[in-house]
Order: sequence, then C-alpha cells, then structure tokens
Amino acid sequence: MIGLEHYLTVAAALFVIGIFGLFLNRKNVIILLMSIELILLSVNINFVAFSSFLGDLVGQVFTLFVLTVAAAEAAIGLAILVCFFRNRGTIAVEDVNVMKG
Amino acid sequence: MQADLTVILPEIVISVYALAALLLVAYTGKDKMAGMLVWLTAGLFVLMALWIGATGNGTHTAFGGMFNDDGFARFAKVTILLSAAAVLVLGQEYMQRRDILRFEYPILIALSAVGMMVMVSAGDLMALYMGLELQSLALYVVASLRRDSAKSTEAGLKYFVLGALSSGLLLYGASLTYGYAGTTLFSGIIAAAEGQAPIGLLIGLVLVISGLAFKISAVPFHMWTPDVYEGSPTPITAFFATAPKMAAMALFARVVHDAFGGVVGDWQQVLAALSLLSMFLGAVAAIGQTDIKRLMAYSSIAHMGYALMGLASGTVFGVQAMLIYMAIYVTMNIGTFAFILSMERDGQPVTDIRSLNMYAKAQPGRALAMLILLFSLAGVPPLLGFFGKLYVLRAAYEGGLAWLAVAGVVASVIGAFYYLRIVFYMYFGEEGEALETGRSPVQWAFLMASAAIMLAGIINMFGVEAIAQAAAATLVN
Repeated sequence: MIGLEHYLTVAAALFVIGIFGLFLNRKNVIILLMSIELILLSVNINFVAFSSFLGDLVGQVFTLFVLTVAAAEAAIGLAILVCFFRNRGTIAVEDVNVMKG
Repeated sequence: MQADLTVILPEIVISVYALAALLLVAYTGKDKMAGMLVWLTAGLFVLMALWIGATGNGTHTAFGGMFNDDGFARFAKVTILLSAAAVLVLGQEYMQRRDILRFEYPILIALSAVGMMVMVSAGDLMALYMGLELQSLALYVVASLRRDSAKSTEAGLKYFVLGALSSGLLLYGASLTYGYAGTTLFSGIIAAAEGQAPIGLLIGLVLVISGLAFKISAVPFHMWTPDVYEGSPTPITAFFATAPKMAAMALFARVVHDAFGGVVGDWQQVLAALSLLSMFLGAVAAIGQTDIKRLMAYSSIAHMGYALMGLASGTVFGVQAMLIYMAIYVTMNIGTFAFILSMERDGQPVTDIRSLNMYAKAQPGRALAMLILLFSLAGVPPLLGFFGKLYVLRAAYEGGLAWLAVAGVVASVIGAFYYLRIVFYMYFGEEGEALETGRSPVQWAFLMASAAIMLAGIINMFGVEAIAQAAAATLVN
C-alpha cells in the first residue's frame, strides 16, 4: 500500500535533486530553469499528497496557483534569457560573470 | 462579498489602473507617453497612500481571513506607496535622458506595488505566495529593463534564478506547514503550533524563513544583492533598496507573529543569527567596495540585519522598532539614491566613489546634504538614523538578547568606516576631474528634503513613533 510517506519521500527527493541541479550545474542556464521547475513540481506533489491525506481541498487549490505562477515564471525566465543571449551570445552558466560575486 | 471587495479596494484600483494604462499606451503613444505615465502612477500612489492612511481604521478581514486590513498593514502600505512614488519621480529624468524610460516601467512598478500590498496584508499562505510572486516577477523584469546592456540582463538573470530558488524554498516550507497544520490560514497555523509544535511544522517554518530571508537579502541568502544592485539601472536599484525591502520585512513580521506567534522561542534564535550575520557581513564586505551601488547593496544588507534585530526580540516593542527603523531607512535611501542618480560626467552615469574627490568644493550644498545622510546611515547621533538604531537595540536588549545588541553596536562602528570614507573623498580627497553638476531639480529636492528630515525628525519623528506603536499592537497579541 502506498501511503503519504511515499509521496513525501518522492517529493523530498525531487526537491533535493532540483536544489543540487541549481548549484552543481555548470553547463547552461536552461538546466537552471529545469531545476526550478523540478522544485516547484515537488512542492505540488507535497500539496496534493497532503490534500488527499487530510481530505481537504485547499492543498489542491494551492497547487493550481503554483502551476499558474510556475508558467508565468518560466515565461519571464526565458524572456530574460533571450535578452541575455542577444547581448552575450552564450547561455553557459560560467559566462554569467560580467559582475563578480 | 461586497464587504470583502471594499477591504481590498485600494489594490483593485491600482490593478485596474495598471491594466487600463497598459491597454491605453499599447494602442497609442507607446514610449512617448512613458514620462506622463510615470507622473500619473506616482500621483496615484500618493493618492492611495493618503486614502489608506486617512480613512483606514480598525481591523478588517476579507475572504475568510485570507486578507487582513489592520494598522500594521496600513503602516507598511503607506510607506511602500510613498517610497515607490518618490523613486518613480526621482528616476524619470535620468531614464528619459538615457532612453530607457519605457512605458512598461511605471506599469510594472504599479503591479509590483499591488503585490507588495497583498504581501503585507496576507493572512494565508496562498495570499502570501501570490503577493510575493506578483512583486517578484515584476521586479525580475525591471531589473533587466536595459535590454541592450550585458550588465542589466545579467542582473535580471541572477535575480530571477536566485529569486525563483527562494520562492521554491518558501513553497516547500509552505507545503510542510500546510501538511502538519492542516490549513493554510495563519489563524489555523497559530492554533496548530500552540505549545509543542510538531517537528514538520518547525521544518516548514525554517524553510519559509529562508525564503523570506532571500527577499530581504539577509546573510547567508544575500549573494544576489550586490550584483543586482550594480547591474540594474540606478533608478531601479533605488526602487529595490526601498519599497520591496519594506514589504518583505513587513511580511516577515506577519508570518512570524501571525502564523508562528506561539513558538517565539523557535524562530527567535534563527532571526537573531540572521541578524548578526547580516550586520557583520554588511559592515565588513562593504569596506573594499569602490562602486557606490555595490556599497549601497552591502549597506542595505547591514540595515536589514538591524531591522531583523528588532523582529528577533519577539515583542510588540520589537515590531514597533522594526517599523520605525524601516521607515527611516527608506527615507534615507531615497535621499542617498537621489544623490547617486545625480553623479555623472559628460552625461554618463558614474558610480565610482573616487570620482567624488573634492566634490564639496564644487557643490557645497549637495555635499553637505549627502554628509548628513551618510552620517545618518552610519547611525551617528543626533541624526534620525541613530534613533532608528537606538530603537532596535533597545528592543533587543529588552527582549533578552543583550548580546545581539552589543554585537549591533560593534557592527555599526565597523560600518561607520565606509560611510565616512565617502565623506573623506568629498571633503579631503585629491583634486581630480570634477563631476558635473546635477541637472534635475527633482533629484535636488529629494536629496535636500531627505537630509532635512534626518535633521528635523529628531524633534518628534513626525509622530511616526505613536503610529508605529499602534500598528505593532495590531499585529502582536
């Protein structure tokens, strides 16, 4: 029987993979966007799992909000990335370095 | 339903204005109307601030407790709207001359202002998240407003990636909080956290705090701040340093008191640690900076540390101290950025602090005003900035965090060095190529007004003290 803890474990694993993807990835910025998406989706799994466990619909409503915002966020991220690419001609993470820090 | 809509009327008005303005300029003048739109938006902000400040009374909740309109929210909203209006007006001439004043700019600022107003009024994790994202998404775009500049787009990209990460942390915390409290309403969470809070709730709390610490750029979540401040066009940096900081700080106070007010001991230590690290890193890392915008970034990190100190005390007085500190901080920053905006040579903006060599000789009035502001930022008595620090130190001391108050004094002494270094360049530096005299009378007016407030405010703080006290009392109970 698959219970709440299994879902939470999957979500936690996805969350951690997302965080690691953000910090360890040295290749390109698109992978950063994918990692962000992974983090948001792990949160959604959490919400839906809790929602069904608690028998409370609020978690699923929250999920819908998160999905909507994630779409807007991806759109804005890609738009900024396109501007960046036009200026620098690259989207490698190590080239995001005009300013040190 | 009718009553609910009345409570959020100011937010509705600004949202509708933003959408209407977007339609109007998209069909007609495009960027030609941007200058007018900036003034219109600033006017609307001031009008809304007056409306909220003058007519608001009592505590109202709307949408089943998801949205609160209380004294605390009104204090934060008035500060946010007035500072956003000031920054809009301040940067208009600067942006117009450099051809980066697009019509999207005032509209995005209006939308982010709506986001901030929802944030400070949030009574539910969903309202919190939607407000925060509305604000952040608008800010990511304005950070990269200068599309043809590698620096500006890089600032936008960094801000976006780290901001999205912080939203992810906050959301994961929110999901755990929801799971263990069984509700997303702050009033329900505080009931679930009464006494011995379940461990899942505490993990949720820590993740939510991490997400919020990102937004106020507290150490160790500050790494985006210097780059974003340096890379964004200066008027936008001025905006980042004022209204969003106030909003995020107010949201922080609301979450820890409204949702987790029953477990003060659990978040107090976290906040105290964030505050300590921010104060010291802000003071030490700023010393080597030569770019005044980067320096202001570290300065704002340090100031957030002080504001957090007030919050860490966990008392009504602590919240009051935080509100007063933030109001003073915002006023000082508007004046300082008015000065930074006027720094230019051959029509190009200059941000190297060494270019201020002997500025006092050419511009005694402006140099004196900047001197007052820098002393106030450093917390030198008897200027207003000193009283702000005094309030938070007293709050920390009375809240049983005497060690934090002592550390705060030490950090402010270290921090005074880099402010005084700018003063040194202005008054005693070597003779060099002089900066041009600033051309904008608006910037001059804001600089002088802000410096005058730092001097005149010490008499009675313009009554902010009592208002902040009443505001804090509505939050903590």
